[in-house]
Parts: sequence; structure tokens; C-alpha cells
Amino acid sequence: MTTSIWLGVLEQGLLWGIMVLGVYITFRVLNFPDLTVDGGFTLGAAISARMIFEGYDPWIATAVALVSGAIAGICTGFLNTKLRIAPLLAGILMNIALYSINLRVMGSKAMLSLLRMDNIYTDVTNVGIPAGLAVVTLGLGTTILITYLLYTFLQTEIGMALRATGDNEQMIRSLGVNTNSTKIMGLSIGNALVALSGALVAQYQSYSDVGMGIGMIVVGLASVIVGEVVFGKRTLLRALVAVVIGSIIYRAVIAVVMQLGLPTTDLKLFTALLVILAMSSPLIKEKFSGQSGKAKGSVDNAVDNRS
Amino acid sequence: MLSITEVKKTFNPGSVNERLALAGVSLNLKAGDVVTVIGGNGAGKSTLLNMVAGVYPVDEGKIAIEGQAVEHLPEHARASFIGRVFQDPMKGTAASMTIEENLAMAIRRGQTRKLRRGIRSKDRNFFCEQLSLLGLGLENRLTTRVGLLSGGQRQALTLLMATLVPPKLLLLDEHTAALDPGTAEKVLELTKKIVKKHNLTTLMVTHNMEDALNIGNRTVMMHEGRVILNLKGEQRKNTRIPDLLEMFKKASGKAMANDRMLLAN
Repeated sequence: MTTSIWLGVLEQGLLWGIMVLGVYITFRVLNFPDLTVDGGFTLGAAISARMIFEGYDPWIATAVALVSGAIAGICTGFLNTKLRIAPLLAGILMNIALYSINLRVMGSKAMLSLLRMDNIYTDVTNVGIPAGLAVVTLGLGTTILITYLLYTFLQTEIGMALRATGDNEQMIRSLGVNTNSTKIMGLSIGNALVALSGALVAQYQSYSDVGMGIGMIVVGLASVIVGEVVFGKRTLLRALVAVVIGSIIYRAVIAVVMQLGLPTTDLKLFTALLVILAMSSPLIKEKFSGQSGKAKGSVDNAVDNRS
Repeated sequence: MLSITEVKKTFNPGSVNERLALAGVSLNLKAGDVVTVIGGNGAGKSTLLNMVAGVYPVDEGKIAIEGQAVEHLPEHARASFIGRVFQDPMKGTAASMTIEENLAMAIRRGQTRKLRRGIRSKDRNFFCEQLSLLGLGLENRLTTRVGLLSGGQRQALTLLMATLVPPKLLLLDEHTAALDPGTAEKVLELTKKIVKKHNLTTLMVTHNMEDALNIGNRTVMMHEGRVILNLKGEQRKNTRIPDLLEMFKKASGKAMANDRMLLAN
């Protein structure tokens, strides 16, 4: 495989990696299976594309996309905490609502092309970074910044309350934290990142497509799990870096599979299989090693299922 | 200090699962009172504690802590008054977080959390000092994840977290019931030590009749959502376990039908 393919892998891994960080916040830190992600990713793409299309500054368009994702997350949180709708359903409802909203944002078109329009990457080349490296530079910079911010935030008083909400809700409530607020906050941070990623990806591929977010939650999960398996999650920083690495590995695997001649339309099937394999790996390991119930994975699960 | 007045609670009202949990409970605690609560399964002991803590809203009645009505406050808003230890050792701590992170969350109990560093170096010294009082060697394991600790260690840690900032009221819900006898005794000793040190007003549910009579200065017996016995002073001092069983029978019209309570002696 050529250098350009590997560069593409890195670019995609980083840009989608921001989405994966968002999924990590909701799915792992908050322990909230949030299906808003699919619609939220498209929302970020749609808003940035439409605004750029209308002639707004691409940086402002990207910032608005980020805020829109945060609002979508707040809505899901509101459905779950205030209206007491189960997490999965709350996410699905937001997701389906966002489908219509995204179409409206894109002016009732299924696709909005940004070809030959200025975007944040062309802006970066204007300050002297070679065009071929613009995406990687910006993607790497953004990912490092976000990882650092999350790492710092998750160690603040509020950040620890957020982690504890996902770990043991009853305990942190008994210590005086309003877990409805922390849940809404976590969902808004997670979906803000997801929408930001959508905006970066839309500008990267020069179009926004109403279906581009379908299955994004599964891609996110696949990346989180692959990252954790390959890089580990012993410390907070390691877990965060693992998420980004997982995203890059995922893109690499996809690139390899496509080089083998698999049609792009089979990608989602492949992704689903990858997640099934990763999630059932503790059980598979157990079966093959002949141990019953003592495998490391089952201990992890016992802890995870505690609440 | 704590005044509970005619508190009533029915779960799942209007459904086939309707269950009267509290049928009008009144109880008053003076500052420094340590009250043990006993009763059979479904007597309403845990429900009573949960009502005080704000886990469920009251149907009727009043709850006041130091004269301040709290029955309308949500659980998290009552946390500034109340420290709690649960029966399940897994419930009082966050398993995926470290010992020092758990303590850092406990030290901010009832305060508004801010966007500042969760653990500061002066906190660490305080944590070490407090952990060493437990005598479990946890002071050398500040950055160990709590999930790696044993049930007894976690329960001791929960107890410390509940009292790190001395609460106005300590609620202990059968907090030694899930531990092995040796560990249970240790945690109970710690409990006595800590309660005495801070002179904490405490409400402790137990299934152990011996503890119920030996710990604290009052014993309350519950049955079918009511307080049926309120022992204190001389009368309590002269009460033995068989007397307690007899009293239960008299007050409820039934024999104490709780194997666990009998077996515990």
C-alpha cells in the first residue's frame, strides 16, 4: 500500500477520532449507550456545510456545528433525566428527530457539495503548511488539544463527578451531586465532539450527506474497544489516547480490507462483525482456554454490570 | 436534631404491586443519639433510612434536620447534612476510580463542584492521615483503584468517606451484613470509633440483636411500617435478647420471623 493510503488512514483516524472521543465520554465515562451519535455526526456535517455553502467563515461554521451537537446532547439528556425516557430510546428519538432536522439544514437536499469552496483546511495551507499535510496537521492538533482538555477536565471536581455518575450513580448522589445535571453535561460534551467531528469530516470530503452518520455509533464503539484492547486503559490518559489510537487502527483495518477488494457498501457489515468479535472476545477466550468464569473478561464484566 | 413526624410511604400505589412500606412513622433523635433499628424483613427499616436520605419522596409527613424541613429536598441536596453507608459494599464507592479520587469526592460532599483540580496535594496528606486510622494499610495505596479492594476494605473506605466531613446525621443501612463475621466486627469497631470521635448522631439498621442492644444509646423496633418499640435508658440496659424477642411477639402478635436475625446470634 502506498504512502498516500497510509496518510489517508491517519487523516481519517484523527478526524473520526474526535467522534470516537465523544462516544467514549457517553458510552464509557457516563455509561450511557447514546444513539444520538448517528444523527449528531450528520448534524455537525450539515450545519457546517450549509453555512460554508452560504458563505460563512468555515471556522465559525465549525464552531456552530460543535454547539449544535452540544444542544442535541442536552436534548437527549433532557428526554432521559427529566422525562424519564430510557437511555437507548431517548437517543433513538433524538436520532430520528435529527434526521428531519438535518434535511432541513441542508435545504431538503440529501447531499450538499462543497467542492472548490474554502474550508478550514484550505485556510491552514494559507499560513504555509503544505496542502498535502493540512488535514493531518489540523486533525492532529485538534485531537491532541481535545484529548488534553478532556484529560484535565475529567480530573476536576466536576469531571470526577461525571465519571462517578457513570460508575456509581447512587454513591455520587449521596455525596451531593445532582446526577441529572452531570448526565446532561456528559451527553452535551460527547455530542459536541461528535458534531465537531462531523463538521471536520464534511469539509475533509467536501460534501455533507444526510446518511453519513448511519452506523457511526458502531464505528465509535469498534474504535473504543479496539483501542482498549490494543493500548490498554489502565490510567485515564492511557484510556483517552487508546481511543484515538483505536480510531486510527480501525481506519487502517478498513483500508486493508478495501485493498483486498471488498466493495465499500460492505463496510458497515464488516464493522458490525468487528464489534461483535471484540465484544464477545472475553467469552470466546473463556471457551477456548477451557476456564469457566475466571477469565479476565468475565471479572471485568462483573464489575461493569455491578449497578 | 432529626425529627421524623408521621411519615407514610406506599410503593406502586394503585397497582397489583402496591405495598405499604411506612404506615406513619415518628421518631426523634437528639444530637449525639445513636439509635439502632431492628425489625423483620419488610418492616420498613431501609425505607425509613431512604426516606430520610431523600431517595424517595414522602407521601405524607415531615422530616426535619436541625429544625430545617428537608422532606421536599432532593437526595443530592440533603447530602450536606447526611453521610451514608449502604449494605452492599459495592454501592458506596466508585470502583473504576482510585482511593484518593473517591476520598476527594467525599471531601466535597454537599458542596457545589467547581472546575478546579479535584485532588490537591494538601488533600493527599489529609487522606493519608485519615486512611491510616482505619489500620488497613490503605494509606500506601492512594492510587489503587477501589475495584481491586475487598468488600471489607471498601466498606471501611465508604465509612471513612461518609464521615470525612463529619455529617450532621449518619445513616448506616445494615452496613456489615454483607461482610464475613471477622470483617464485619472490624468494620463495626471502626464505626463505633468514628461515631464516638465526632459524636455523630446516627441511625443504624442492623439485623444483629446483640449489636442492636450494645451499640448506641437507643433501640427502635419496627414492624409492618411502624415503630413498635422504643427502648432507652435503664429499660434498655436491662433488656436481653430473649426479652427483645418476647417484646416483639407481644407488640406484633407474631414470633420474630426472620431467620437471619435469629441465626446471627
